[in-house]
Amino acid sequence: MTNTIYDITHESDAIMLVGSNPEHAHPVIGMQVRQAVARGAKLIVVDPRDIDLAKQADVHLKLKPGTNVAFANGMMHIFIEEGLINQQFIEERTENFEAMKEMVKDYTPEKVAEICGIDADKLREAARIYATADKAPIMYCLGVTEHHTGTEGVMSMSNMAMMVGKLGRPGCGVNPIRGQNNVQGACDMGAAPNQFPGYQNLDKPGVMEKFEQAWGTKLNHQIGTKATDCFPKMISGEVKGLLIFGEDPVRTDPNTQHVIKALKSLDFFVADELFMTETAKLADVILPGRSYAEKEGTFSNTERRVQRVRKAVEIEGETRPDTWIFTEIMNRMGYPQPHLTPAEIMDEIASVTPSFGGISHERLDSEEVGGRGLQWPCPSKEHPGTPIMHAGKFARGLGYFRPAAYTPSMELPDEEYPLILMTGRILYHYNACAMTDKTEGINEIAGGSFIELNTQDAQKLGICNGDTVTVASRRGKITSEARVSEKTNPGQCWMPFHYIEGGANWLTNDALDSISSTPEYKVCAVKVTV
Amino acid sequence: MRLTIDGRNVEAAEGMSILAAARTAGIKIPTLCYLEGVSDIGSCRLCVVEVEGMAQLVPACNTKIREDMVVQTRSERVVEARRTVLRLLLSNHRVDCFSCEKSGDCQLQQYCMEYEIEMTPYIGSRKEIEPAKKDAHPFLSYDPSKCIRCHRCVETCAHVTGRKAIHLGKTGMFTVIDAPFGEDWKNTLCESCGNCAQACPTGALTEKRRKNYRSWEVKRVRTTCPHCATGCQMDLIVKDNHIVDVEGADGPSNHGLLCVKGRSASFDFVDSAERIRHPLIKNQETGEFEQATWEEALDLVASRFTEIKNTYGGEALAGFACSRSTNEDVYMLQKMVRTAFNSNNTDNCARV
Repeated sequence: MTNTIYDITHESDAIMLVGSNPEHAHPVIGMQVRQAVARGAKLIVVDPRDIDLAKQADVHLKLKPGTNVAFANGMMHIFIEEGLINQQFIEERTENFEAMKEMVKDYTPEKVAEICGIDADKLREAARIYATADKAPIMYCLGVTEHHTGTEGVMSMSNMAMMVGKLGRPGCGVNPIRGQNNVQGACDMGAAPNQFPGYQNLDKPGVMEKFEQAWGTKLNHQIGTKATDCFPKMISGEVKGLLIFGEDPVRTDPNTQHVIKALKSLDFFVADELFMTETAKLADVILPGRSYAEKEGTFSNTERRVQRVRKAVEIEGETRPDTWIFTEIMNRMGYPQPHLTPAEIMDEIASVTPSFGGISHERLDSEEVGGRGLQWPCPSKEHPGTPIMHAGKFARGLGYFRPAAYTPSMELPDEEYPLILMTGRILYHYNACAMTDKTEGINEIAGGSFIELNTQDAQKLGICNGDTVTVASRRGKITSEARVSEKTNPGQCWMPFHYIEGGANWLTNDALDSISSTPEYKVCAVKVTV
Repeated sequence: MRLTIDGRNVEAAEGMSILAAARTAGIKIPTLCYLEGVSDIGSCRLCVVEVEGMAQLVPACNTKIREDMVVQTRSERVVEARRTVLRLLLSNHRVDCFSCEKSGDCQLQQYCMEYEIEMTPYIGSRKEIEPAKKDAHPFLSYDPSKCIRCHRCVETCAHVTGRKAIHLGKTGMFTVIDAPFGEDWKNTLCESCGNCAQACPTGALTEKRRKNYRSWEVKRVRTTCPHCATGCQMDLIVKDNHIVDVEGADGPSNHGLLCVKGRSASFDFVDSAERIRHPLIKNQETGEFEQATWEEALDLVASRFTEIKNTYGGEALAGFACSRSTNEDVYMLQKMVRTAFNSNNTDNCARV
């Protein structure tokens, strides 16, 4: 996020929520969005489903899944046409506006309304609310990113914000509400094929040398392969050995059959796990690691806020801290790595990562920080951290408009598979359920898979609410329970991906975004039968 | 603005309540129904104070300060009024402190001790309506016989979580709290977040987990929730090396709030019977996992990865990090892939 959860929910005049259902996926943020609406902030919901917040929205654009880029281009067309742009911001702080203007020229509200399946006047109303509010953040989530055009969808969010000058101020910004507890941190820490910790590009002059010196060894200079691109390489034999730490791609990656085939193709597969997950079952060796409650450390939340995790208990058995496991493997493979405490590891992180330069466990535990964490960039011990990014100046200097044209999703409905299936999260479970399904009460509340079907579609198919149905795509077939309502538009349905029985990812498409390699979880074609 | 509280000169901002002004000066005034920033309905009357020139005692929580105001927070008259309030509250409160899960952590109990109230001479009229306990919900329970009708749960649900799942109802002339934990709990708006239970000052609206511990038996460990990326701060409540409960803490992104996953589904898994507790090596003949020592497992891992690296190069190896684990874990994992595997095939589950 460019901003903080507090300022976008407490200081905003309007909120634009795009492809985000915080009441379910980020409930405590959802509660604060409700508070914002209660104190009078306007709300624009851009979502293909009637999420609960849509009921409180001033405008709900119930757009067709996969049409975010067209929606954003339409918004910008209206900003320009109705003179709602922030000319001064564009001139002083951005570049490439003319190309952007050229791109959105043809995206008239009427044309966009047709692509997105929405009302042109509602689009105009949304554009006016967002552009004319003094302070308005864009909050977005996986509804924007999980498309083959996800990266362009994200850029479209920042294009909109820059055009109306809503960046670098409280109550504004472009705010991805990130998924897992430490997905921000995992990216910050350089678990990426092309970047060292702190987004230092492998191929940037001097960076490779810096890490070779810090770590005292010669490193591979070849940029690596993204996880989602590794699976085909396992099948082709280019990747032969894999260690997975805590992930369960059999449940969470698209096209489950393909994932299982890839993992089975490996010569040697190691899982560092807490539980016998579907993925761990395929491993040659399982190393029992520890959970967040059994270790010291830090998580970075969606606001880039680094906060402490503290050890509360020890459990019986031979589990080991995960950093101990990695250190042992390093030493046994010939790289001399001393065993370090989590606090010492953070000191090493700070020494090689400029944006973490002022962060240490000692400081996080200090009175100065007072349990509020530190938001990176925090380059030195004296630096208070950075709640709001791009104030006065963008990280890259001038903000760059990146025009994108709308392109349809990879797999569109046809005669055989006539419905669009979207996937997502529900309030009661987290991702693969490995943690949440150990609580009995949670399973009592939300125990099994379901599919939300539109009333008209259900009628045509002879399906009633509560029926057990078969859902099939080109990649797999599952059974689930039908929930019939108007929540989705005709021709569209939705499922949670948490469950292994009736899990949505047996169906989803492993088509990837051309830049980020994020799968198109949000759109695939299915047929539903009784 | 300048005023005098208990003979002390206090300076406070215009618009502040007497309660807030007293708190800035470090003067404690007892409250039960008051919730900072949420509710100052003044219904419990426990925070009454004496203001010079005013005939009646006034509630400190919703009376604004005035220039040169003279306030007494512990005069004999004030203390006697508070004792009467506590006696009246007790008259409708089932006193079962021996078995009550909130004992030791109950504000009513605390204030009764402080104001030396051991029993009440009054017979509560509410006892006539005797509403039943509602405890069909998996995590939450409401016992009207311990409720003091401070409305903190109602206000929290309506204005803090914004869900409006707890309502005020009427039974005859009595106001009752309509808590959504009865047999029909599945058909209510309740999201099971439990912020109402955290707001309850007595043992009326509680998390069922509270039965497993007493406040003096546990230690608290401040940590960050392991589920979504909101980064809620919370206290793990630990009894005898087991996590028995969770309480929301005042963090910068959650302000004391938690959701159902953070409060109720963030710790049962930690010591679950399903945890893998020993290294396991798959027997290639039978396909079954067999328990191994760390030496055996780590040697096998290192030798097989080294063999692949030496034969096919580092590019044939990959290591994926976990977006649920700590920064320190992830840093060491990518360092292992880059230094020992000699590969940049490292990633995390940000895309999936």
